[in-house]
Amino acid sequence: MDLRLLIEWSIKSIVIILIILGGFAYLTLYERRANARIQTRIGPNRAGPWGLLQPIADAIKLIFKEELIPEKSDKVLFVLAPVITVVPALILLAVIPMGPDILGINIGLADGINVGVLYIMAVASIAVYGIVIAGWASNNKYALLGGLRATAQMVSYELSLALAFVGPILLANTLNIREIVVAQKGLWFVILQPLGFLIYFIAGVAEVNRAPFDMPEAEQELIAGYHVEYSGLKFALFFMAEYGKMIVISFIGATLFLGGYWGPFVDQAPLLGPIYLFAKVIVLLFVLIWIRATFPRIRYDRLMAFGWKIMLPAALFNVVITAAIVLLVGG
Amino acid sequence: MRKNPLEFLRGLWTTFRSMFERPVTYQYPEIKRPVRERFRGRHELKRYDNGLEKCIGCALCAAACPADAIFVEAAENNDEARYSPGERYASTYEINLLRCIFCGYCEDACPTEAIVLEHNYEVSFTERRQAIYTKERLLVPVPENGRQTPMKVSPGSFDRAIPEMEDPK
Repeated sequence: MDLRLLIEWSIKSIVIILIILGGFAYLTLYERRANARIQTRIGPNRAGPWGLLQPIADAIKLIFKEELIPEKSDKVLFVLAPVITVVPALILLAVIPMGPDILGINIGLADGINVGVLYIMAVASIAVYGIVIAGWASNNKYALLGGLRATAQMVSYELSLALAFVGPILLANTLNIREIVVAQKGLWFVILQPLGFLIYFIAGVAEVNRAPFDMPEAEQELIAGYHVEYSGLKFALFFMAEYGKMIVISFIGATLFLGGYWGPFVDQAPLLGPIYLFAKVIVLLFVLIWIRATFPRIRYDRLMAFGWKIMLPAALFNVVITAAIVLLVGG
Repeated sequence: MRKNPLEFLRGLWTTFRSMFERPVTYQYPEIKRPVRERFRGRHELKRYDNGLEKCIGCALCAAACPADAIFVEAAENNDEARYSPGERYASTYEINLLRCIFCGYCEDACPTEAIVLEHNYEVSFTERRQAIYTKERLLVPVPENGRQTPMKVSPGSFDRAIPEMEDPK
């Protein structure tokens, strides 16, 4: 492997990780401000101009908090769990095409790999382990219940999520995410796949354990669910994983259904590509926050019933219809 | 139960609309929301117009206090060094604001309307000692044209502890 490629990849990896880390910090502020506006409040506006230093203040606070490890916890797993949870969120962005080639340089990290969608599915599933292990290792009944709920919920909704991916794959006839984006140049897949996008979005919300599907951390019943025993930086890692996955879900949704980096004049000015992509991500993130501010948490049995009895059949139906039409029209 | 999925959209529309309402937040340290007239904040010990203290040290407030937050000790007045009308005045008057529940019973019990719960609600402490408000901190400043207590008065002019009652105006 030549040195130039190594340096290029290192820089791209660092940038992608910084997108998630910085995005996570400012997503918390974005969410608090947007939530506050929805509740006709103002939100944090004291730390720096418009509260822009609030995430930094939060980070400093969390760093100086005491790191508590419960006496009877499984210490190795207890420390390992937040890491297992956060790493998938950090590396998922690797296969997202950030924009068209700028001056002949591809600005995505590994967006050209021929199993991109499969990579997303595989890596996203790993995060479940972190949550289950956290619930188990804490040696706390609330944490265990939260972990169990998280497993059941994420396994159920992952099926629908995977089936929602099949729509764009069939339409673009490839697993390569860059080619899927290229195939959306004229027409975004959300227009051909409205049901698929809806299923993807609902399953995505459930997958990142956001309200109204935040059963694993239901404050009123489980205190905080699987991360009840975590404090300080380890808690921050779980937080980072949740918000990082929100960003990733928005990136994947924008890429597979909303045309990725495509927008007006991208052909002439390729630098607009990443800007369009980020704009789409910010809109999707707003929808996630908006949904959280609107809907109450749904009951656990209804969550499972909804996942298995409505989402899965609908996703299967969508796959069959898409496949039939692609076959008939000749894709 | 209504099972129309469009109701979800209606809910989303409601929250979206509320984003464009004016925030109800007061930017507190800069802008203070005025309290109601009958708001019960920190106590004040009032004075008459001539500067004499209204409190006569009867300790009825301490007796009425359900939280046992008030401590009063009385001493004798005389015309050479007069603090309040009548025989006695409060030589010590302390309210422990950590105990006080701001019920206002002391206000009701006071025969001379000396103690009043005013509108100051910014009573925070960094230390327990600071929570005990002594007489010096509770007493309002001497009004205009009044004199500082203890004052020398002509004999027999302020023998009556309770002011003359008037018909309500």
